[in-house]
This record gives sequence, structure tokens and C-alpha cells, in this order.
Amino acid sequence: MARDMRIAIIDTSTTRAAIISDGLREAGLDDLILIDPKGPIVAQVEAARPEVVLINLENPSRDLLEDFFAMSRALARPIAMFVDQSDAEATGAAIDAGVSAYVVDGLSKQRIKPVVDLAVRRFQAFSRLQRELDEAKNALAERGTIDRAKAILMKRRGIDEPAAYALLRGQAMRTNRRIAEIAEAIVTSDALLGDME
Amino acid sequence: MSAERFRIGFLPLVDAALPILAHELGFAAREGVEIEFIRDMTWATVRDRLLYGHTDAAHLIAPLAIATALGRDRPAVPLAVPFVLGLNGNAVTFSTALAAEVGLGDGLGDPAALGAALREAAAARKAAGRPLRFGVVHRYSSHNYMLRYWLAGVGIQPDSDVEITVTSPPFAADALAAGEVDGICVGEPWNAIAVDRGVGHIALATAQIWRRGVEKVLAVRSDVIEARRDAVEALLRALHAAAAHFVEPASAAESAAILARPAYLDAPQDAIERAITDRIRVVPGGAPVAYPDFMFQYREAANFPWRSQAAWLYSQMVRWDKIGFSPADAATAAEVFRPDIYRAALAGSGAPLPGASSKLEGGLDAPIGAGSTQGRLLLGADRFFDRRAFDPEDIAGYLASLP
Repeated sequence: MARDMRIAIIDTSTTRAAIISDGLREAGLDDLILIDPKGPIVAQVEAARPEVVLINLENPSRDLLEDFFAMSRALARPIAMFVDQSDAEATGAAIDAGVSAYVVDGLSKQRIKPVVDLAVRRFQAFSRLQRELDEAKNALAERGTIDRAKAILMKRRGIDEPAAYALLRGQAMRTNRRIAEIAEAIVTSDALLGDME
Repeated sequence: MSAERFRIGFLPLVDAALPILAHELGFAAREGVEIEFIRDMTWATVRDRLLYGHTDAAHLIAPLAIATALGRDRPAVPLAVPFVLGLNGNAVTFSTALAAEVGLGDGLGDPAALGAALREAAAARKAAGRPLRFGVVHRYSSHNYMLRYWLAGVGIQPDSDVEITVTSPPFAADALAAGEVDGICVGEPWNAIAVDRGVGHIALATAQIWRRGVEKVLAVRSDVIEARRDAVEALLRALHAAAAHFVEPASAAESAAILARPAYLDAPQDAIERAITDRIRVVPGGAPVAYPDFMFQYREAANFPWRSQAAWLYSQMVRWDKIGFSPADAATAAEVFRPDIYRAALAGSGAPLPGASSKLEGGLDAPIGAGSTQGRLLLGADRFFDRRAFDPEDIAGYLASLP
């Protein structure tokens, strides 16, 4: 049997690159080369001689890489953009997930498809993780704002914390807004008007 | 009636101006069109988003639209170009070291004289084992073809006497600053930024290589054009109105201020305004030099997609990809440009509509009236720097005559 299919991963996010390579390894594809996004991309890919290149869609080196692939036509192992018309759907899914794939000419579709499908799932999982992280960060920031708004109300109105929270909540319900938005408004106006008495 | 929505992909370049201004200044709304923008950093990403429906249309380098339709390096996808977003507007910028070596003064160079000096510099560097390197924005870009046309025309073989690599527009000035390349051919404001950073010296405007060279186009997938023909025509009318506004001298400052915003070019307003007003700061700290028609966005039916322009780009693809001339490919390439849609969109508007779809490129020394089915059409001087003309009916003969 021919040697394992070598896959090069180029990603501006090293975390995402690690998530993808873990997934490929779990699937038994362990001839992986992680390209250092800060180093010379083309030289690394050329030295790695991969059968498949996975790269994030928005990677700033893509035009340069495509030029290298175009010139590879003159080499023994020309590399082309993945899609063929029959698999436009798979490629569409890859692009939607934010990943582009390039493969050497003549590699069978049965071997490529699982790799691309897996990369797509991992990219999507990464996006989901990132979204959750962003939401958690936002929630944390919102909690801080609410705490500050409560402190402002407690000080200016001479009330205790449950009463301050009840005030915020009541105003949010009456105006059909989120508590965090009311708190944000209080913190902002306090910053602007706080020392006016 | 709800507006027709178009998501348009673009790269941060001054010649993305027409769709941006159509949106910002109400020309699109007036045609019942709503535009949303997706900003990217490489042409490969802009192309992929267009092919897989992230966008409905794209600000694209013309040769890439043709390469995609021909299936170069990937399966072919039929694309249509119903509107040209502008002619020229690019420049060749040398590192300050190379500029000094070839004796560039504080004005734009002369293509022939500068070419002779560059040939000597290129030979010396090649002999020293460090050939001169130039960055172009994409393999399939007019920048690559214009630079190669000039180099070959002055006796420098682009594939053996120098090296040509790819530097995407937003990174071109950085590559020059880092010494990765000795020169770049890129659109504005990236030449101006290289000069203002003190790392570059503008050698030539591409308009000096070909006075009326086709540049960015509006590219749409052919199936989208068929499915949304009326909406596409409304979009073209909005772009045409934006183009008329863009070339009014009084609008330059406002256009530059809009384009400078972080959502669009995220670049200095002054550098953008110089490009719009055809004033080129050639050397760091120098006074801008006026070079008329540096960018050419509207007059002479500049937005009309001449099939002969597509044919010229195809001829250069054959020349540099060494793929051999094929009449079938030539036809496919020429048919990417869709003058029929342009005419249908602007019928009854008073805009000059050329009667022909193809013309001799580079054959005019002075302005001349041309046949039109509507309005009065005047075509200006459109010479290549070597005065060779391109007859789209004889691509094989043209290729045989090139150096």
C-alpha cells in the first residue's frame, strides 16, 4: 500500500489547527504537517510534499499559495483546487464552514471526502466553541455592569442590594428591555452626570 | 416593493468605489437595490465566496473571472461580467534602493528609458544570484499581465531574468518594506501607502503601459445573472450613476472620506483622494504629480465590457501560462464579458452605447468618434507603450508577433 495520505494544515488560528489535527488523528489519519503560519508558507508546503492541503478560507496567504500550486503544474505532482463538479455540495459545505482544500491531481475522491468532511465538522465545532466563549465573555461583562449599576443605585438612593436589583428589573420589564441594557444606561449616565448634585 | 438585495465581495482598494458609493450615496436605493458588503483580504477568498453563494456579485480582477470560466487550476464555473468597474488605476512601485539604482527622478518614469535601466539592474542581480523580485496581486491579474507586458517589451524575460511572486493588495506595501520584493504592481491606495511610509518610489502608472487597460470588473455567476436579470440591470444602472458622480471633481473629497472608513478601505483619506484626483505622490515627501486618467471610471463608456478586452487578457493567459491558443477557449473567454446586459440595463438612459462589442485595442493616437446605438460615443487614445495594437480577430498572429 502507498504511504499514508499526508495532510498539511495551514491556519491563522493555532487553536483551530490543533482541533483539526486531533480530529484527523482520531480518524486514523496521522501523517499530518502543521504549517507555522508565521513562517514562509510556500517553502514549508513545498518541503512537506502533502497530498492534501487544508487552509482557512480567509487565510492571507491564499493568493500566494494558489500561485505556487499553479506553478506546481510543471512539477511531478500538480496540486489543484479540490472540487469537481460532482462534489460541489461538499465543497460548498467546506466554504460555508470556512475551510478550503487543495489536493494533488489524481487522488481518489473516496480518500479525499472523509478528510474534507471531517475538517468541516471540526471547523464548525470550533466556531460553536468560539461563539459560546464570546457569549460567556459577554455574560461576564454584563454581570459586571449590573453589579456596578446596583452599587450606583444603592449609593444614590440609599437602598440595599435586593431593592436596587428590584428597581433595575422593574424598569427592564416596563420598558421591555434587558436588565443589562438598563444597567448599561445607568453606568453611562453616572459616568457623565455622577458628580452633578 | 421590497428592495433587491446584493451581497458584494470586495478587497480594500480605491477601485471598489462604485458599489460602495452606489450604496452610501443612494444611487442603489433609487434603483430599488440594497447592497451589503463582504470585505476580504485575498482574491481567492473573494472568488470562493462568489462561487459558493456567500456573495451575489464581486469586485474582481478581470483575468481571474476569465480563468475561473476557463477552469484554470479548478473545475470551470461560468461567470459573467456585465460591467467594468474601471480602467487602470494601478502603479508599479520600486523599493527606494531599486529606484536609486535605476536613476528614477521625482516624476513618473518613461517606460522605455526606465525599462533599459531596469534591464541592466536585472542582469546584474541575476548574475549575483539574487534576481530582482516583483510582487503582483494574483497570478490571474491585469497587474501580472501589465507588468509582464512591459518587462518583456523592454527585453526582460519575466520568467527567467527576474522573479514574479504574489503579494495580495493589503500586504504589498509590507512586502516591499520587509525587503521580500524589490517592486510591486498593485492598485491604490497601496502604492501611495508604500511611498508615504518611505519604503517605495512609484516608477510607472499602469496607464503608461496601456493607456486604456481594463481593470476591475463586476463579476456575477452566470446562473445568478439568468435568475435575477432585472435586478442585475437595476444594479448596473446604480453603478453607472455612481460612476458619473465619482468622476465629478467636486465629489472627490467626500468619496475619499467614505472609502477611508474602517468598514471599507480602512486607509488614509489623503492617499485615497490623490488616486481619485489623478495626483500621484511619486517619492516620499514629494509634491503630488498630476497624471491625467490615472484612474478611468466613467468617460468613453469606460464601464462597457468590450469583448476585445477579455480577448486581450486571454491572449496574455496563453502567453504566460503557455497553454497554447485555442479558438474555443478564446470564445469562452470573450463571452465572459456581457455587453448585451450592459446595453439592456442602460437603454433609454442617454448613456452612450457602443454599436460594436469588440474593437481594435491600442489602435488610437487621438480621440475619435465611434459608432453607437445610443448617445455620442468618443474613444480616447488607447495605445500600449510599444504602440503594438491588438486585433481580437487574430490572437494567434498577435501572440506570434510578441517578444
